[in-house]
Amino acid sequence: MTSHSPNLYTPLSDLEEESIFIMREVAGSFERPALLFSGGKDSCVMLRLAEKAFGQGQFPFPLLMIDTGHNFPEVVEFRDRRAKELDAKLIVRSVEDSMKRGTVRLSHPLESRNPHQSVTLLEAIEEFRFDALLGGARRDEEKARAKERIFSHRDSFGQWQPKAQRPELWNIFNTRILPDENFRVFPISNWTEFDVWKYIAQEEIPLPNLYYAHQRQVIPRKGLLVPVTDVTPVQEGETIETRTVRFRTVGDMTCTCPIESNAANANDIVKETAAVTISERGATRMDDQTSEASMEKRKLEGYF
Amino acid sequence: MSSLQNKHTLKFLTAGSVDDGKSTLIGRLLLDSKAILADQLSGIQHKLADDESYDLAKLTDGLQAEREQGITIDVAYRYFTTPERKFIIADAPGHEQYTRNMVTAASSSDAAVILVDVTKINWEDKVVNLLPQTRRHTLLANLLKVPSILFAINKLDAIKDPDTAFINVKRTLEKFTQQANITITNIIPISALKGLNITARNADKHGNILCEKVYQGPSLLEALTALPSHVASDTQAFHFPVQFVQKLQEAHDGSSTQHGRRIFWGRIAAGGVKIGDELIVQPSGAKAKISKIFANALQGELQRASTGQSVGLILDQEIDVSRGDWLLAPSSPSAQKEAKATLAWLDDEPLVVGRAYWLKHGHRWIKTKIASINHHLNIHTLETEPAENLDKNSIGEVSLILQQPIPVLPYHDAKDVGAAILVDTATNRTAGAVLFK
Repeated sequence: MTSHSPNLYTPLSDLEEESIFIMREVAGSFERPALLFSGGKDSCVMLRLAEKAFGQGQFPFPLLMIDTGHNFPEVVEFRDRRAKELDAKLIVRSVEDSMKRGTVRLSHPLESRNPHQSVTLLEAIEEFRFDALLGGARRDEEKARAKERIFSHRDSFGQWQPKAQRPELWNIFNTRILPDENFRVFPISNWTEFDVWKYIAQEEIPLPNLYYAHQRQVIPRKGLLVPVTDVTPVQEGETIETRTVRFRTVGDMTCTCPIESNAANANDIVKETAAVTISERGATRMDDQTSEASMEKRKLEGYF
Repeated sequence: MSSLQNKHTLKFLTAGSVDDGKSTLIGRLLLDSKAILADQLSGIQHKLADDESYDLAKLTDGLQAEREQGITIDVAYRYFTTPERKFIIADAPGHEQYTRNMVTAASSSDAAVILVDVTKINWEDKVVNLLPQTRRHTLLANLLKVPSILFAINKLDAIKDPDTAFINVKRTLEKFTQQANITITNIIPISALKGLNITARNADKHGNILCEKVYQGPSLLEALTALPSHVASDTQAFHFPVQFVQKLQEAHDGSSTQHGRRIFWGRIAAGGVKIGDELIVQPSGAKAKISKIFANALQGELQRASTGQSVGLILDQEIDVSRGDWLLAPSSPSAQKEAKATLAWLDDEPLVVGRAYWLKHGHRWIKTKIASINHHLNIHTLETEPAENLDKNSIGEVSLILQQPIPVLPYHDAKDVGAAILVDTATNRTAGAVLFK
């Protein structure tokens, strides 16, 4: 470690404590909360925080996954296994079902289903009458996130109203809602990607192996490495290459790209993250690059 | 790394009016600490031709553009990390809604950095006329009991005699804060635009160090790095608001126990506690002793715990305790049904005397009425004036009638027991910040 790399050993206890406090506030304030669990690193951190808040197998809420049908198989397998190990109830609702119902219509067959998760999410909220959803979003991810409250009030259409956010004073959260409204609550708002990796290393949190260096067939495209999958086919004039990569984020296959890396464990990634020059979304996401405000637009539509 | 292990995250707010250089300062801190990554810079790259012409304010431009479209966000949070510490900036926009923004940002900040724009004041006079904003931000930070207050005297690179300006402004600030009985941590000369004295005591391109003759203290970042982030004191009586009651499916440690089968989770709002201590449950008045203390649901038992720590408590007998109740040391002052408080009014609709509002104190929701407005605070001078109303962004002293008695300590002595929020019963909007006297 050089003298210029960020301190790898700053205690994470403040962040951990704040997050646990928020989770307990949700459990105490709402009747039907759920925790959004995708199998990604942020939601794996959330699971560990929930274990610390309530104990293993004692979560006072189910886990909810909105499945686009285009998730990496390793992640789906991991998600199911973790939920079983933790003795947590797992609810999966899929975008494909919304497509069958006709509530989601794609403009062309290869369109990313990622933006349409909002529709399926809102349908799940209605079905189970969830009044609070815990999400693993962080304010350092994106500009729109930086402005969102920890307890983010959503109207009966699930919409975020940035103009009417409730001020958050001290640690006293205003959790009052009207029927059909809900809250999205972000216990790890104040964490950065770096904090998340330090915590994963410190707590030895299990993750899907996609996060660690492995050989993968990719297509270099527009500065990104597009993984070769059924839903991201090779285009004319492109060549497939095998590279040593890892994923910084594991979203929908149609819009998530790996980066070149030899980091084979959490400690390697902590060191690598300390030296990165490109943000998590900038390096890995095809969808957020299309428009400056795409995340904000999606949040306005009810996305978490 | 050894000496840095105990440095907690520092949350600080930046105050100053629109053109004081707040965005430039934040941009500079983010840029120099490499919190701005290449792809985020690429959007403004054409503006970064050479170091001198950095338009740092543009680094936060995404937000400003949205505000221009009519979206007002009270406080945005930004992050940066140095080899020594992690920082969270509570960035409260400097326009009209300042009181509300300041109150929100100050409620959870460990420090306030108040910018003084030296180009806007008569720095050549021995006694400088401070801008009303400077006085107001300082008084508000002090009212909210922000533990550390720092002044950053900015744009000193833009005037002909920075040394004189620094001395005169410093003298005036010291006099003003002394009169108002406010302790200040640092007064630091800076140039956010040129990056002078921000992260280090560095020289400009001509080799000059800003105010070298008249200032020997730390750079702004060095000063922030050295600040304490938690000023918790255990001198108050033990106050514990019960946040979440958990019925244990089996004893916490896996063995059977004759003790309670419920664990009370929460964060200690004042004082400390150890195993064997006697407690009173408020409001029921029931008594019990502490038999076990847990740091969290996965970790082992503690012998004692203090203010600010989140813990789980198991009592030596089964008594009725619910979320919202308080566990208190027998020596705590008795609960109150009437209270005086400083009230910062945040809602667009003015306060209505006599109307019932929701009050959240600790984890308990009760109704409250404002019995009277005792006076209004002149925000420029913090002098009190008679008042009949409290409008948006105003602060006053009120008398409250509470639906149930609650345990109160003065905000000044114990923030977590002395603070509450008021919520409009019709709109559910957070309408007021309550600081008990």
